[in-house]
Amino acid sequence: MQTDINSLDKKRYSRWQKIFGERMTKSGMLSLFIMGAGQLRNKQKGKALFFFSIQLVYVLIEILTSSIVSGGLPNQPKAWGYGFFRKGLWGFFTLGETTGGRFRDNSPVLMIEGLIVILLLGILIFFWIMNIRDANQTAIEYEKSGQIKSSKEYFKHVFETSFAYVVSGPSLVLLLLISIMPILFAFFTAFTNYDAYHNPPADLIDWVGLGNFVKVVQLPGWRTTFVGVAIWTLVWAIIATFTTFFGGLFLALVVNNHRVRFKKIWRTILILPWAIPGMVSLLVFKNFFNQTYGPLNRMLGMNIPWLNDPTLAKVTLIAVNFWLGVPYFMMLMTGILTSFDKTIYEAARVDGANKKQIFWRVTFPILLSQVMPLLIMSFAGNFNNFGAVFFLTNGSPRNIAYEYAGHTDILITWIYKMTKDFKMYNMASIMSILIFLLIGGISTWNFMRTDAFKED
Amino acid sequence: MTVLTNKKINNKTFIDNVKEVLAYIGIYSVLLIFAFVILYPVIWIVGSSFTEGSSLATATAIPRNPSLRNYIRLLEETKYKQWYLNTLTIAVINMGVSVVLTGTMGYVFARLKFAGKKFGLLSILILQMFPSFMGMIAIYVLFLNFGLLDQPLALVLIYATGQIPYNTWLVKGYLKNVPISLDEAAYIDGATKFQTFKRIILPLMSPILTFVAVTQFMAPWFDFILPSFLISSDEKKTLAVGLYELINGLANNNFTMFAAGSVLVAAPVALLYLFLQKYLVEGLSAGANKG
Repeated sequence: MQTDINSLDKKRYSRWQKIFGERMTKSGMLSLFIMGAGQLRNKQKGKALFFFSIQLVYVLIEILTSSIVSGGLPNQPKAWGYGFFRKGLWGFFTLGETTGGRFRDNSPVLMIEGLIVILLLGILIFFWIMNIRDANQTAIEYEKSGQIKSSKEYFKHVFETSFAYVVSGPSLVLLLLISIMPILFAFFTAFTNYDAYHNPPADLIDWVGLGNFVKVVQLPGWRTTFVGVAIWTLVWAIIATFTTFFGGLFLALVVNNHRVRFKKIWRTILILPWAIPGMVSLLVFKNFFNQTYGPLNRMLGMNIPWLNDPTLAKVTLIAVNFWLGVPYFMMLMTGILTSFDKTIYEAARVDGANKKQIFWRVTFPILLSQVMPLLIMSFAGNFNNFGAVFFLTNGSPRNIAYEYAGHTDILITWIYKMTKDFKMYNMASIMSILIFLLIGGISTWNFMRTDAFKED
Repeated sequence: MTVLTNKKINNKTFIDNVKEVLAYIGIYSVLLIFAFVILYPVIWIVGSSFTEGSSLATATAIPRNPSLRNYIRLLEETKYKQWYLNTLTIAVINMGVSVVLTGTMGYVFARLKFAGKKFGLLSILILQMFPSFMGMIAIYVLFLNFGLLDQPLALVLIYATGQIPYNTWLVKGYLKNVPISLDEAAYIDGATKFQTFKRIILPLMSPILTFVAVTQFMAPWFDFILPSFLISSDEKKTLAVGLYELINGLANNNFTMFAAGSVLVAAPVALLYLFLQKYLVEGLSAGANKG
């Protein structure tokens, strides 16, 4: 197999030739129409049976679940008599046609069934292509060498490799059903009118194309909210990352200073916020900064609106995040600083650099290059830092100009509110897609640079 | 070196001494300020949990008449024990399932060659970038149809699945540092892939799998979004949701009880973290590089 692919690469075949084999043979043509037929012509019975039975399972499921076998019911709409696969596709494309009654269509359920069907059909197409490619390759090999590998050899090879599939099978099924399918659902929801005014199963949901995207751009309320929230999310993520990074670096340097005694005790105190669950700390701080009853204002004898003034609430949020986030970076920097090669310092000192120069010209650049991936991950984390905003301010104070969002809401908490409290599923999905494009893009770029990826 | 330092000491001037003293003052005042800012809220919440009154207004760092009233109320008036038990059950099962799934996936992607490997790696890489509740509506509808709503154990399905992408990369990265010659030696000795995995690789994976186990044990304790979506009845709640609802809106009436609940759950966690800190930091930074 390996050599085949390599030789194909060398000869610069087109993409189709790479997928289906060097050229279409008669066996390939047979397999194109009936899976396994080409293999039978190639006199590989085992393989033929393997591919044919995959096809058979799909066909049987379709027939057995349709009204051909179970019979139709009175007043049953046509679509309800379709088999599993046809009904799934019908449901996905129409999102249902009838409301009420016994055969009422539930659009989200239809969409989910449709997605499962599409994923299953994708698997079928994969096997179909494998079947054509195999038929072609075997036939061409036979023409060249006059010999045919037996199915046995093929299955031995399959068995060798199948260990990987068997072992990771449960994980793959779970991923397909609980990760991929829901994400696809959310993606497609962005193109529907699934919102507070359409409540399935009482109402049907329809495809609206790019209508929701147009709304975000054109309707002033949505546009203002989106631009406002997105800018604050970015500002928040940048400031939150930088403050915790430099705060952690500063503390690490201070604690590592030779003048400090009982380093271990100081360090334990300073990493305490990292050990306390973030949710608890945040809820505690919410009360700590309470304007009327909170201990801080009582202690100061003042009435400062820590969390009730739009600007001050943002500052408080960043300050609390600093409290929560500094220890992690402090620990990390301490680890990196102690693992540093001391000879670099010596070399710099010999060259006549003073302490300040050594730090900013030698230590800091090395440090930065080592923590860069972490810094980017931390940025992505803060960008989606649901907990900090939700538990501390819950987006408040209110912003009258915004749709379903407050002054301190970031994109992710806005999405949560739209989903949980206001049932604006389609708009929430749009924002999820946007977040994904941004954060996914940054993370992928960040990751592509590491050699972990290049190797495989 | 010694000659150099001696010379330095001999040349010490008055200004150097002042500088040294100022450095001490500066460094220690930074440490003291940070320690105070960190410790004050912690002491305040512990103190609050022993305060006699129930409102936020009466909560103080050092209670005048310390009492266990809040702890007793918490255990008697709310379903705190039940929440604790629910969360503990979920956490333990999630830990087990996650370790099995991640361990096998990590091994498969690190060691075996098979068609679709690169595609698989890229897909799980992309999967981990989606906001966790992006697919929540679909999961809600799916659970509704399978009768899994309001079933705490069904949460394990999502937790254990959700961790696969990230942790697979983590374990894969870790295994890169385990020489492949160990596998090859086992194959030469006639071991099957499964035997090699079980006898040779699995024991070597234990440090990283422990990290996965600890983080997956911790995950359900403070996850709020999932259970808030999928669990509705009071006795099936997890701690995060229970604690949140204890204080949300009724802060001024239940505050000290919430404080007691927070201390009960945060103290063991904090001790665990401080105890395992070295280990966790290693895992975290390994995750950053992923090999």
